[in-house]
Amino acid sequence: MSAPLHELGFLEAADALAQKTVSSAELTAALLDRSEKLEPALNSLTWFDREAALAQARAADAARAAGDARPFLGVPIAIKDLLNVKGQPCTAGSNILKGYVAPYDATVIARLRAAGCVFVSRTNTDEFAMGGSTETSAYGPTRNPWDVARVPGGSSGGSAAAVAARLAPAALASDTGGSIRQPAAFCGVTGFKPTYGRVPRYGCTAFASSLDQVGPISRSVEDAAAVYQLIAGLDPRDSTTSPRPVEDVLPAVRAARDLKGLKLGLPKEYFVEGLDPEIEQLTRAAVDQCRALGAEIVDVELPHSRYGIACYYILAPAEASANLARYDGVRYGFRAEAGDLQEMYEQTRARGFGAEVKRRVILGTYVLSSGFHDAYYLRAQKVRTLIRGDFERAFARCDAILGPVTPTPAFRVGEKTSDPVQMYLGDVFTVNVNLAGICGLSVPCGFTAAGLPAGLHVVGPAFREDLALKIGAAYQHATEWHRKRPVDPQGGRP
Amino acid sequence: MAMKFSENADRMDARYVAGLARMALSDAEAAQLQGQLDDILAFIGELKQLDVSGVEATDVATEARNAWREDVPEAGLARDVALANAPLARHEQFAVPKVIE
Amino acid sequence: MSDYVPSIGLEVHVQLKTRTKMFCACPAHEEGTPNVAVCPVCLGLPGALPTMNREAIRKTVKVGLMIGSEISLRSTFDRKNYFYPDMPKNFQISQQAAPLCIGGSVEIEVGGQKKTIRVNHIHQEEDAAKITHLENSSEIDYNRASTPLMELVTEPDMSSPDEAIAFLTALKEMLVYAGISDCNLELGHVRCDVNSSVRPAGTDKLGVKCEIKNMNTFKGIHRALEYELERQMETLRAGGKLTQETRRWDDVAGVTLPMRSKEYAHDYRYFPEPDLPPVTLDAATVEAWRAELPELPAAKRARFIRDYGLPEYDAGVLTADPAIAGYFEATAQKSQNFKAVSNWVMGELLRALGEKGETIADAKIAPEALAALIALVDAKTINMPAAKEVFQILFDRGGEPAAIVKEKGLAQVSDTGAIDGFAEQAIAANEKVAAEFRGGKEAALMFLVGQVMKLSRGKANPQLAADALRRKLQG
Ligand SMILES: [Zn+2]
Repeated sequence: MSAPLHELGFLEAADALAQKTVSSAELTAALLDRSEKLEPALNSLTWFDREAALAQARAADAARAAGDARPFLGVPIAIKDLLNVKGQPCTAGSNILKGYVAPYDATVIARLRAAGCVFVSRTNTDEFAMGGSTETSAYGPTRNPWDVARVPGGSSGGSAAAVAARLAPAALASDTGGSIRQPAAFCGVTGFKPTYGRVPRYGCTAFASSLDQVGPISRSVEDAAAVYQLIAGLDPRDSTTSPRPVEDVLPAVRAARDLKGLKLGLPKEYFVEGLDPEIEQLTRAAVDQCRALGAEIVDVELPHSRYGIACYYILAPAEASANLARYDGVRYGFRAEAGDLQEMYEQTRARGFGAEVKRRVILGTYVLSSGFHDAYYLRAQKVRTLIRGDFERAFARCDAILGPVTPTPAFRVGEKTSDPVQMYLGDVFTVNVNLAGICGLSVPCGFTAAGLPAGLHVVGPAFREDLALKIGAAYQHATEWHRKRPVDPQGGRP
Repeated sequence: MAMKFSENADRMDARYVAGLARMALSDAEAAQLQGQLDDILAFIGELKQLDVSGVEATDVATEARNAWREDVPEAGLARDVALANAPLARHEQFAVPKVIE
Repeated sequence: MSDYVPSIGLEVHVQLKTRTKMFCACPAHEEGTPNVAVCPVCLGLPGALPTMNREAIRKTVKVGLMIGSEISLRSTFDRKNYFYPDMPKNFQISQQAAPLCIGGSVEIEVGGQKKTIRVNHIHQEEDAAKITHLENSSEIDYNRASTPLMELVTEPDMSSPDEAIAFLTALKEMLVYAGISDCNLELGHVRCDVNSSVRPAGTDKLGVKCEIKNMNTFKGIHRALEYELERQMETLRAGGKLTQETRRWDDVAGVTLPMRSKEYAHDYRYFPEPDLPPVTLDAATVEAWRAELPELPAAKRARFIRDYGLPEYDAGVLTADPAIAGYFEATAQKSQNFKAVSNWVMGELLRALGEKGETIADAKIAPEALAALIALVDAKTINMPAAKEVFQILFDRGGEPAAIVKEKGLAQVSDTGAIDGFAEQAIAANEKVAAEFRGGKEAALMFLVGQVMKLSRGKANPQLAADALRRKLQG
C-alpha cells in the first residue's frame, strides 16, 4: 500500500483488514502514533489508552486469523466523550465527571463492539455538548485542523477535528442542535444526524433528551452510512427508538451517481441577511451541482424557521436542567467536601460545572419555574409544533431540502465566548432539524478564500436516512471536496 | 457588536434560580450571568410575537408508543462496581454529609 | 356538637407487587443487603434511560377499574424536580398532566353509616431510595429506588379520623384481594400524606389545609389526625390564624410539628418526561384487564349472604381473605349444609391454621373431605366429638373421612339395645346420682349421659342415650 495507514477511511480500513493487507494492531498503532504527534496542536482527544486499544486490536486480529469474517472486525473508531464505554472514563467534557469510570456500554458502543470495532480514542466535546465551538470543554478548546487559530465547531468538535486530521477513520458524535453537522462543516468532513428515535441514546450522556441523537462523523457519505447502519435500530433500553426496521442502505449509497427524478427544496428563509457571502456562494454552487446531477430544484417555505433558535434555547436548557440534576457528588464524579448536604450540592455543582453549563441550567430552571412555565416552556413546545408543520408541508413539495449548514465559516478561538447570543445564532440552520426530529447530513462543499471549509446541508424527512445519504453520496461522487485534507499542524498549541 | 435586549427582558434573579438548581454563585459570577441571561431572555422572548393560540404543544418527540418491558428481572451492576464510583462509601452504601432539615 | 367541621383528604402511596422495578429490570422489593438490586438506570448514571414496567401499569389500571375510575387511553409521564439524595436523578418520574386513572370512589362504613369517598385520580410513579441518617452523615441504599408506586389522591371527603382509617382499611382490603400489593405496613408498602382542614359548622368553603407527610401506620394516622384537627380548631377558637404548611408527626411526643420550610420545596418544575413515550391503551386491553379482576370483598360478602344464606358476621369473616373465601365456596359446592361449612371453616379450620401458623394453601384437608365430614355428622353417623377428632386427622395428614371413621371405629352407636345396656350399667354404678335425678335434679341426667358415652367409648348417640336413661329412671 502506498498511502499511509491513517489515510484509510472506515470502509477502506474494513476492506484492507479483510484482505489482510494490514492488521488492526498496525492500523491502531499508526493512528495512536499520529494522535500523539498532532494532539499538542489540536487537543481533539480527551483520553486514549494505547495498551487497551492495542489489546482490542490484537484480539480482533486473532479472531480474524481464526476465521472470524465480521466485515468491520478490527476497524478503529473514535468515540465522543459523551458515550459510555465500559471501563473507560466518560466525562462529557466536564470537571463534574472527573474520576467517573463507565460501568456499562452505551447501546451504540455495544453494537460497535459486537461488530468488532476498536475504540481507539475519546474525542473532546463542549461540556455536556453545550456549545458550538468545543471551547466550553473542561479540557480546553479543540483547534480546527484547517486553521488552528480557529474553532472546529461543536459540540462534537473533537470528533470532527480528529477525523479531519486523520486520527481516526470515523468517529461517533451526537447532535442536539447541530453538534454533528456544524463541526463537520467547519472541519471539511461528513456528518450525519439521523432521525430522532433512529439511533439508541441509551448510554449517551443526556443533554436534551427530546433532541439528542447519536450519529457518525466520517470522511465520506459511504463511511457515514456504514457506521450509521451499525448503530441504528430499535433498542429495548431506549423507549424512544422506533420499531421500524433499518434497511440496508449501503448498496444504494455506494451506487449513487445522479439525482435524477428527485425534487430538492430550497427554502428562501435560509438565504437571508447574516449569511456569510462566501458561504452563500459555495452553497449555491453546490445546489447547482445537484441540479446538474439531475435534481429538480424547487422553492419551499419554512416560515417559522426564524423562531427555531429561541424555541431551542428554551426547550433544550429546560430538559438539560433536569438531565444535569444528577451530577450532585453523591454517587459518582466530583464532590466538593462540605459540612452538610446542601452545601455539598451547591459547591459540587458550582465548582464542577463550567460557565456555559451554569448559564443553560439556570435558564432551563427558570423557564420551567412556576409563573414562567407557560410563557416560555409551554409556548416553545407550541412553536415546536409549528416548526414541525413547516417541514411536513415542505416535504409534501420536495424529497429533501438543501441549504447551508452554518451562517459563517469557522470563527476564531475566543471570538464569541463572551457573547452567548452570538454563539447561539450560529445554530440557525441546524436546530430546526432537531426540533422537527428529522434527519440531516452535512457534506463538504468547498472552501472560502481563506481556505476554510463549508458544508452543504441535506435535510431528509423522518426515517428517510436512505434518501439523505443517497443524495450526499451522489454529490460526493461528482465532487472532490470531501477528499481534501488539511496540512498537518506543526508543534504545540498556538 | 453584541445586541442588547435587556430593556424588555423579564425580571429574573440569576442567584435565586441558581439556588433552585443547587449551584452556588460568586458575586462576580452572578453579575456576569445576570447580564448574559437577561440578553438571552430578551432574545428568546421574541417567541411572544408569535400567535400560538390553538396550537397543540409538542410534548412527545418520538413516534414510539408503549415501549414497555415485561416484568422479568435482569442482573444489574455488582455492588462493588456500583460503589466503585462513589466519592464516599460506608457500610456498602453511598455516604453523604449530614442532611440538615 | 362541634363548632368546626373537619375535611380530610389522603394521598396514598402504595408499592405495587411486581417482580421488577418501575423503570428498570432490577428485582423489586429487595430487602436487607444494601445496593444489591441496582443498575445504571436506578443509580441515575450518565446516559441511562427508563423503561416502563407493563405489569405495574396493568396493576394501577386494575385499581382504577376496581374503584370505577375513568381509564386514560393516553397517559403520559412527567418529571418532578427536586434535590434529595434518595432520588438518584434528582427528579422523580411521575404523572401530572395525564394520569392513568381519573376519578372513582370507595365506599366506607363507620358506625353503621355508609359514605362514599371520591377519588381524584391515581397516577404511576417510582419510589425513592432508602436513606439512613446518622449523626454526621447519611447513607443511601438504592435497592428501593424506582420500585413501582401508585399514588391515589382522594377528595377531602372524610370528616373524622375514623373515616380516614375506614377508607384506608377498605382500600387495603381491595388491593390485597386483587394481588395489587401486599400492603405490608411494616415494610413501608403503604405511605400516606394526610391533608386536613377545619371550617366553621354551617359554612362550605374549605379551611386552610395542613399536610402531614409520610405516615406509615394506620394507628399513627388516627392519632396524628386527632391531634391535628384539635390543634387547628383550638387555634381558630383562640382567634388565631392557620397557615398552609407541611407538618410531620412526632409519634413519641404525640404531636405534629411544622417541617422547617425548605426554601425551594414547592417549585417542582414539572415537564413531560422526554425519555418515555405515552402509554396508549385500547378499550379491548382495558376490558381484558377488567375481566381479570377478582370479585371485590363487598360484593362477595353480599353474595355469600344471598346465595348461602349466611349471617352477615359469617360472610364478613369468610371473605376477609380471598383464599379462605375460595375454600369455603369449594366446600359449599359439595355440601348441602352451608351454615355447617361456615362454622367448620370459621371455627376448627381457622383455629387449626392459626395454631400451626399455616395458610389455607398449606392445609391438607380437601374441601371434598370437609364436606363429607359434615355429611357424616348430619347423617348422625358420627357425633360431634368424633367429628372433631376426624377433622384433626384430616387436617394433619389428609385422607377420606369415612375411611378414618371406619379405621378408628368412631361410628356412632344408634342401636337402642346396646344403648339400653349401657344405660342400665350407668344407673347401676351411680345409684346416688340416679336418685338425685328422680328427686327432680334434671342436671344429674347429663352426668349419666356422660357415663353412657364413656362406656360406649364415645360412640353412643348422645340423644338416644338420654332418651334411654330417662325411660329407665322414670319408667
Ligand atoms: Zn435498576
